[in-house]
Amino acid sequence: MADQDVPRRDFLKGGALAATALTAGALPRPAEAQTGAGAQGGSTPPPPEPLLTLTADEAAFFSAVYDAIIPADNLSPSGTDCGCVTYIDRQLAGAWGNGAKLYRNGPFLPARPEHGYQLPLSPREYFAAGVKATNAWTVKTYGKTLDRLSPADRSSALTAMESGQAQFDGLEAKPFFEALLQSAMEGFFADPMYGGNRNKVSWRMIGYPGLPATWGAKAEALRGKKISIEPQSIADFS
Amino acid sequence: MAPRKLKAVDAVMVGMGWTGSVMARELTKAGLSVVGLERGAFRSPHEDFALPGIRDELKYRLRFQLMLDNAVETITMRHTPDEAALPMRRWGAFPLGDGVGGAGTHWNGVTWRNLPSEFVLRSHLENRYGKRAIPADLTVQDWGVTYDELEPYYERFEKLCGTSGKAGNLRGQIQDGGNPFEGPRQSDYPNKPLIMSQAGLIFTDAAKKLGWHPFPTPSSNNSAAYTNNEGQTLGACQYCGHCEYFGCESNSKASPNICLMPVLLADKRFELRSHAYVKNLVYDKAAKKVRGVVYVNRETGEELEQPADMVVLCAYPFNNVSLMLSAGIGQPYDPRTGRGVIGKNFCLQVMSSVQLFVEDEINPFIGTGVNPAALDDFQGDNFDHAGLGFFGGGYLYPSISGGRPIQVRAVPPGTPRWGGKWKEETTRWYNHTFPISAHGASYAWRTNYLDLDPNYKDAIGRPLVRMTYNYSPNDQKMSQFLTDRTVEMARAANAKIIGTPQPRTGDFDNITGQSSHHTGGVIMGTDPRTSALNRYLQSWDVSNLFVMGGAAFPQNPGYNPTGTIAALAYFSANAITTQYLKNPGALMHA
Repeated sequence: MADQDVPRRDFLKGGALAATALTAGALPRPAEAQTGAGAQGGSTPPPPEPLLTLTADEAAFFSAVYDAIIPADNLSPSGTDCGCVTYIDRQLAGAWGNGAKLYRNGPFLPARPEHGYQLPLSPREYFAAGVKATNAWTVKTYGKTLDRLSPADRSSALTAMESGQAQFDGLEAKPFFEALLQSAMEGFFADPMYGGNRNKVSWRMIGYPGLPATWGAKAEALRGKKISIEPQSIADFS
Repeated sequence: MAPRKLKAVDAVMVGMGWTGSVMARELTKAGLSVVGLERGAFRSPHEDFALPGIRDELKYRLRFQLMLDNAVETITMRHTPDEAALPMRRWGAFPLGDGVGGAGTHWNGVTWRNLPSEFVLRSHLENRYGKRAIPADLTVQDWGVTYDELEPYYERFEKLCGTSGKAGNLRGQIQDGGNPFEGPRQSDYPNKPLIMSQAGLIFTDAAKKLGWHPFPTPSSNNSAAYTNNEGQTLGACQYCGHCEYFGCESNSKASPNICLMPVLLADKRFELRSHAYVKNLVYDKAAKKVRGVVYVNRETGEELEQPADMVVLCAYPFNNVSLMLSAGIGQPYDPRTGRGVIGKNFCLQVMSSVQLFVEDEINPFIGTGVNPAALDDFQGDNFDHAGLGFFGGGYLYPSISGGRPIQVRAVPPGTPRWGGKWKEETTRWYNHTFPISAHGASYAWRTNYLDLDPNYKDAIGRPLVRMTYNYSPNDQKMSQFLTDRTVEMARAANAKIIGTPQPRTGDFDNITGQSSHHTGGVIMGTDPRTSALNRYLQSWDVSNLFVMGGAAFPQNPGYNPTGTIAALAYFSANAITTQYLKNPGALMHA
């Protein structure tokens, strides 16, 4: 069973390919990746990242979701290749994932959407429950877990969750989709030090220049002008 | 176990944000010994707000690094007095600040003065529209203080902050390029306006086309280096696009930390204690005096009693209300009868916006906390409300203060929220879009109030404050009207695409961003039957207790509140140091 599982998991597969590339010495060095077209779609996948908290099934799930939300094209590599799975793994393993700065006292009363998040679960627990509930629903509806679905079926499953049409057992599908979408956007657009947005790929895509953002009097000279500069991140100044 | 009793001081401040810092400075100058208690951590700008780490959207904006930990304390929310309230388990519609400097570290620096008519709101509206025009549930009141009385204190605060702007009314003379609706000023702003952004230019042009009156928004992001009236030097704004939610690495955003704290910390009469979470007031009911406060040292867990001759509540409105209610000072407000004062007239701010998609290069990442363009044509009672079905208004502004990409990347209506098409549209529009927003008033409504929640407690066992709040019919009609004006501007700006307008016509929710401009709950006035404080922010019931901040506003005008909060603190401090200290007792008699 395990042998059959490996090839379907894009995230792990990408890692395996990258490991091969690394051995062959073909992986672009960071400096090249920053300046060349290497960061764009179709380039060598990134090196494997060890998982801190996600199970293999969860990693495969997130990889499938992030690749649907951020598909590889001429604007960027896929969500997985941008590091979004690494991002969520680190977030869920850390303080936020384990409920830091979250009010967790009961009672947990029936809530309306206007009240926002009201479950007793930490984000780590919530995402674990959400992955299980989603897979249970896709198995029932499409006959397979989400990561095994064709790209078209994955998209239609996510669309059904987004619109609220998907009915999960227990956990609500729509808020879970929103949590997934939010995590994808954080991983894609946050500073690369969090594991996503590899090579500042999203910043380059939209033209966000990043740091140090000390524009001063240049604010007037640059007003209304197109700015094309290589984005810099926190690591570039550390 | 009884709390360990400390050596008595003349005055204790509960909370060390703007008002705690202003009051501590004025009282130590008058010779008093002052202890400042702050629940959160000490924050030193050169250490805590340094590059490169301060430019971290995930940490500061999404994970609320500078904000109060909800696990320590939060609030509960419900829409009507008949429902059970649920806790805000994580910040959404607004965050609350924490630490030395309070909200003054993470604010945007918008520094308004209220219109003169706002201070006499009920009298003004009755006079202009007749008593019968005002709905019974619109519980707005006069403040008990006038614009002219506060004017010198507004000026002092602007000179403390180095506020950038352009006067619109100098001693009664209307000035070109300023806000023609503002009350008369004795002096211009200490700093010139900030550099206008591209969004600001588009906004200004559209406003002029419509015959409205745009001007540079008053901003305590300093346009040039500045030495303030306390001898502290501030830097020049770097247009970094990381202002609200962030600390300022260039010391150009005025904060208590840089404008006042160095002076206070050098003063032997002052002692700052951070991680000091005030649990309750020590109230001598028979004598009608507070004797000090009990607080928890959050580093050791120890409970301590700080005796003081005078207590000044300088916390956020929620905490000021909580301390009054738990001490039993003042009659709690009852929304059914309208009687009682503590918790009364709780207000927020009614915000709405419309997104413009344009050909111009907006460069949203070159931004100041205060986008330096606004107009006041639809503020307060600057326009005739006859027949409109609502009172109040707000200012309009291009509400873009940064291009931080996790959150600031609008796409045209109808665009999918993910997938290839979403990426394409995000890339197409990131640099070509901004919102025009209405920063609307929140006029008091009978059923919006604060009390203590019966079900939920904070980390030291105190009941959470319960917010009973929803957009009132007045708010909803006002929001529709103001949002229509933003759409008019978007059309006048020839936007290629106009987003879906978002007036606040539904229920309040904990998720959609509003503002941290909560007011009311311990309001000021001239009649103890309808207000908790007199016009000097002194408790009607307990003469050695003063309550600062937004809590004292009878209702919230359509402005960011900090300028008025600070002016009131200086006004109160002046009454304390020139009148109260000579003869401690009530400064006003009912």
